[in-house]
Amino acid sequence: MEKDIIRVRNLTKKFGDFVANDQLTFEVKKGEIFGFLGANGAGKTTAIRMLCGLSKPTSGEMEVAGFDAYTQTESIKKNIGYMSQKFSLYDDLTIWENIRFFGGIYGLSRSAIRDRSKEMLTRLGIVNLSNRLIRDIPPGWKQKIAFSVAILHKPQIVFLDEPTGGVDPVTRRQFWDLIYEAIDQGITVFVTTHYMDEAEYCHRLSMMVNGRIVALDSPEALKQRFGSISMNDVFVQLARTGEKSS
Amino acid sequence: MKRLLAFIRKEFLHIFRDPRTMIILFGMPVAQLLIFGFVISNEIRDAKIAILDKSNDQQSREIVHRLLSSGYFRIGAELETESSIEACFKANQANLVVVFEPDFGRKLERNHRASMQLIADASDPNMAEMLSNYVQGIVFEYVNDLNRTIESPTFIQASYRMIFNPALKGVYMFVPGTMALILMLISAMMTSITIAREKEMGTMEVLLVSPLNPFQILIGKLTPYFFLSLINASLILLMAYFVFGLPILGSSLLLVLVSMLFILMALSLGVLISTVAKNQEVAMFISMFALLLPTLLLSGFIFPIENMPKILQYLSILMPPKYFIIILKNLMIKGIGMSYIWKEVAILGLFLLVFMLISIRKFKIRLE
Repeated sequence: MEKDIIRVRNLTKKFGDFVANDQLTFEVKKGEIFGFLGANGAGKTTAIRMLCGLSKPTSGEMEVAGFDAYTQTESIKKNIGYMSQKFSLYDDLTIWENIRFFGGIYGLSRSAIRDRSKEMLTRLGIVNLSNRLIRDIPPGWKQKIAFSVAILHKPQIVFLDEPTGGVDPVTRRQFWDLIYEAIDQGITVFVTTHYMDEAEYCHRLSMMVNGRIVALDSPEALKQRFGSISMNDVFVQLARTGEKSS
Repeated sequence: MKRLLAFIRKEFLHIFRDPRTMIILFGMPVAQLLIFGFVISNEIRDAKIAILDKSNDQQSREIVHRLLSSGYFRIGAELETESSIEACFKANQANLVVVFEPDFGRKLERNHRASMQLIADASDPNMAEMLSNYVQGIVFEYVNDLNRTIESPTFIQASYRMIFNPALKGVYMFVPGTMALILMLISAMMTSITIAREKEMGTMEVLLVSPLNPFQILIGKLTPYFFLSLINASLILLMAYFVFGLPILGSSLLLVLVSMLFILMALSLGVLISTVAKNQEVAMFISMFALLLPTLLLSGFIFPIENMPKILQYLSILMPPKYFIIILKNLMIKGIGMSYIWKEVAILGLFLLVFMLISIRKFKIRLE
């Protein structure tokens, strides 16, 4: 039985006269990888910030992990993880100290933090680096560690805002392996990206153009509908029509 | 609570891991105190004095001779009349004028009692104080020597007068002033920088997404700096007491409580700055201009407020350190209690309240 973990109705965000998100309506199913695609400035980050409670919607309904986003923000916060395009670990702390801190502010017990960090470091194969400062870790590794820390408290859903920005394709591929592992653990993944190769990895995609969702389906269905062989092609076509209509 | 503790521990790690922060935290107070202390205890050599000798007899000449042979003084001018004293100061011919009354020697022999006057240029109060102390010391020695040969005790009354800055503001000012400056800088600048850093690094978003509420984030940020500032205050006081012999005449408990109030005030000011500043540089810049310079210039730390132009005097009303300095001076040097400083304490409390209200409001608005 598939359950909706995110439900959004007519979600709108305005900055003055500028409409950043226009009447967004979509659901995210439990356990899926939901991709949010769009060019820079299409409104992806605005949408993800509202879903995480960083920004208040101008109007519309929004439900995350079964909680109302207006009245139950505290409950939502305990059930989500977040990783932004800006790097989200502390440079001057070691890997272990970062884990301990984020585990601590999510209220994990000391033994849970110890167990999960050991498991996580083993999985990443970096047990011997746990006392290394984050600033001395290669960028590709930082992203993987940041993601692992973001799901340390086993959230129901993790929001990734362009998590692979500025990372080479090989590391990106490895990063996605981690995302699939998270899915196996039952975590839902909500990811924004503008890399089209990443779009192929998502279960379902929503395409954003100028603050509006112009298409929402699985990558295969989208390709079929637009008669394209690649997501890139789909995206270009959509972007054109979006431009015409606006 | 456990979440908060995890947060506070992280803040301490940030502080202890950054050499620059550590230097500002602990190097600066010590260095500043030593610099100011050094200026104060600086030995005098060849200070210029002027002599107005109205009796010009053996005794007065002997004293002048002793002054000059002490190595501390040299003659800048020989004066004939009282009216030339001020001109002599203005022409910078002397820092101190020594005046002997008419018939100085004869009065000393007959009445065993004579008087002289020391007039010091107190625009440099430390110098003025020191010079007149030196002269009095030498005169005292002369009297002692006299008393050894004469049977009935002799007494020279050396009255002294400070001109240009009669209240001698500035002496002992360096400790209260340094304390106000250091606490203001550490509490306000460091907190504004550390919050701005979270924003700049993008970690603030992660914190805001986490179950920590904004209030906890603020408390977590401020707690380490509160304690470190307290340690700093104690360090400054201990150094002032043991190294420079500054008295602490009033209640130590009251001193600690007032310092806590001032630190809290500065911390909330730091939060306020951070809500305006987008990154660390801006936070630093605002702190420097909004805190450091006014604290130095307008709080009465270096320049006596009474001598300022009216408009700056009005501006100084808005400087929280001014009140802290007044409190410290009253508590430490004059040894008077709460009944005399409640007004200043209340004003500091008012500053705290205003800064806190604004910053909490602004901090929340920013979360939108």
